[in-house]
Amino acid sequence: MTDHRAPPPPAGPVPWDKDFALRLLTDMLRIRRMEEKSAEMYGAGKIRGFLHLYIGEEATGVGALHALSPEDNIVATYREHGHALVRGMDMGAIMAEMYGKREGCAHGRGGSMHLFDAATRFYGGNAIVGGGLPLAVGLALAAKMSPKGTSFGARNEQRITACFFGDGAVAEGAFHESLNLAALWRLPVLFCCENNLYGMGTAIERSEAQTDLCLKAASYGMPALRADGMDIVAVHETTRQAVCTLRESAGPVFVEYQTYRFRAHSMFDAELYRQKAEVEEWKTRGPIHTFTARLKAEGKLTEDEFLALDAAADAEVAAAVAFAEAGSWEPVADLLNDVMTPQGSAP
Amino acid sequence: MSRKISYRAAMREAMHEALANDPRVFLMGEDVGRYGGTYAFSKGFLDEFGPERIRDTPLSELGFVGAGIGAALGGMRPIVEVMTVNFSLLALDQIVNTAAALRHMSGGQFSVPLVIRMTTGAGRQLAAQHSHSLEGWYAHIPGIKVLAPATIEDARGMLAPALDDPDPVVIFEHAGLFNLEGELPDDWSADISSARVRRAGKDVVIITHGGSLPKALAAAQALAEQGVEAEVLDLRVLRPLDGASIMASVARCRRAVVVDEGWKSGSLAAEVVARIMENAFYELDAPVVRVCSEEVPIPYAKHLEEAALPQADKIVAAVKGLFA
Repeated sequence: MTDHRAPPPPAGPVPWDKDFALRLLTDMLRIRRMEEKSAEMYGAGKIRGFLHLYIGEEATGVGALHALSPEDNIVATYREHGHALVRGMDMGAIMAEMYGKREGCAHGRGGSMHLFDAATRFYGGNAIVGGGLPLAVGLALAAKMSPKGTSFGARNEQRITACFFGDGAVAEGAFHESLNLAALWRLPVLFCCENNLYGMGTAIERSEAQTDLCLKAASYGMPALRADGMDIVAVHETTRQAVCTLRESAGPVFVEYQTYRFRAHSMFDAELYRQKAEVEEWKTRGPIHTFTARLKAEGKLTEDEFLALDAAADAEVAAAVAFAEAGSWEPVADLLNDVMTPQGSAP
Repeated sequence: MSRKISYRAAMREAMHEALANDPRVFLMGEDVGRYGGTYAFSKGFLDEFGPERIRDTPLSELGFVGAGIGAALGGMRPIVEVMTVNFSLLALDQIVNTAAALRHMSGGQFSVPLVIRMTTGAGRQLAAQHSHSLEGWYAHIPGIKVLAPATIEDARGMLAPALDDPDPVVIFEHAGLFNLEGELPDDWSADISSARVRRAGKDVVIITHGGSLPKALAAAQALAEQGVEAEVLDLRVLRPLDGASIMASVARCRRAVVVDEGWKSGSLAAEVVARIMENAFYELDAPVVRVCSEEVPIPYAKHLEEAALPQADKIVAAVKGLFA
């Protein structure tokens, strides 16, 4: 049985104004409450299939995504509810998709593992481990080559494609092929590795001969940074630094976020592969309560304010569930829709 | 007016035209640039269009096919060249799990306007890892279109509509056709939806595609000399199949032979036969038969390779069997 020690509890000053700090705290709370409700609705039989919860890892997605622009592209994995939400997708559309309802972001065709949103440049929701990495390379290639739309904004910033993936993906050929291509062609890809120490039930040292993931990335000739994924300050500041480097150099950058999944891999996981004590130790580093404590210590948050934020998150979740419950089923007559693009419509 | 041209030159001309006319089009694959293309399809392109648009890739089929999908999502119109169908198996995950599924998984939000070209087929003594005909596997997959240009006209004409198509299109080019020479008519424009009768007949229809088309035409010629008028139907589009044209030929000729370089078990030929059974059973005067590759990885030795593949004489024998 492996024993993965948690890092020291996040500490130190929060280098942000109150407004920004509370925005990030709010997003972590929104994810946490949405995921808890998703688990409940899974138990109630409202959500089926595979359901992979992001509980424990919220600081990673929230801290990283807040360092990016709405003009950037996002590619994510099957543990992507949180990323979709922070990116700006409506919680109701996410919940309805998990219910399989027509009002879901993909009309119930994708489910929990395949959330997509063209409006926020959110390219999924990919349930093939490592499958999103080549896609991200291609999106970045298009951003670099495109006759128009290479850059955006008054400062002509380079559009970045941020690709989230887990430590399990590092064992796939797609990881190595994609890092090589991105480095070889100097493409603006931000590789965001969420290392939660387990690929499903297999601990990283049982699948990787070299467990230093930054070393692997650096071997492809790109900057590789590491952040404590339980500390939203570290996640955000490291990602900001990576984004600055990337926009200046226009070449890829790799960031490893060392994080931990508090819940089972999916809803079918008896968690035979890790010790309860290990999970409990990591829970003491929970990204929400440690950040909350730091904000309170600095006078940037009161208990009443926290309770209000939490209540607002609960209300948003309740509204999302109501939206999903009230949704409709796509008629079976439409089963073959969206396999091919209808004639005459531009992609 | 028409002009004489090879299959290779016709395909090259089609790519040249696409690159010259649309800045979103670029060519990516192993040795498409400095080498000039494994089969010299892109010779000279690097000098004319530059390394950004004539993009040599590492030996990373999964990576660069996936990158083609991403670039298509990002607004480009990539032509991704895979050296042979055998190598495309390294990229099968991206083609099947991403390119073909993305539009559906996203509820219609994202189409993938990507063209993947690859060499297929045997006949060059390249043995079991460079010779297979797996287009039938691809034709199994909802979400992609599958083309098999078998004539000069289609080599010249099918690429443009494939690039205009909003969905992934996989083009199979049989290596045995590359040196084919023929007349290209002035109007070579082609659709990517229909099968086409390449030789009219009334006694039997030989249904085929790709590299087997010249063999089917040779068989039809031999049969004509023996008093049997064979129609030859070139499927051209393997997914979606043009069922109406198949059934029309079957209704006209009342006998059918399906010729497919894939292995018989689970083949595209099996699909064509099943559709004939479902839709035209009562039009038939004889059971439909198939001429496919023997169930063996393609061998190296010339006499064994020839024996493994459909050949004109096997087609002739199969047709004659229907009249016995």
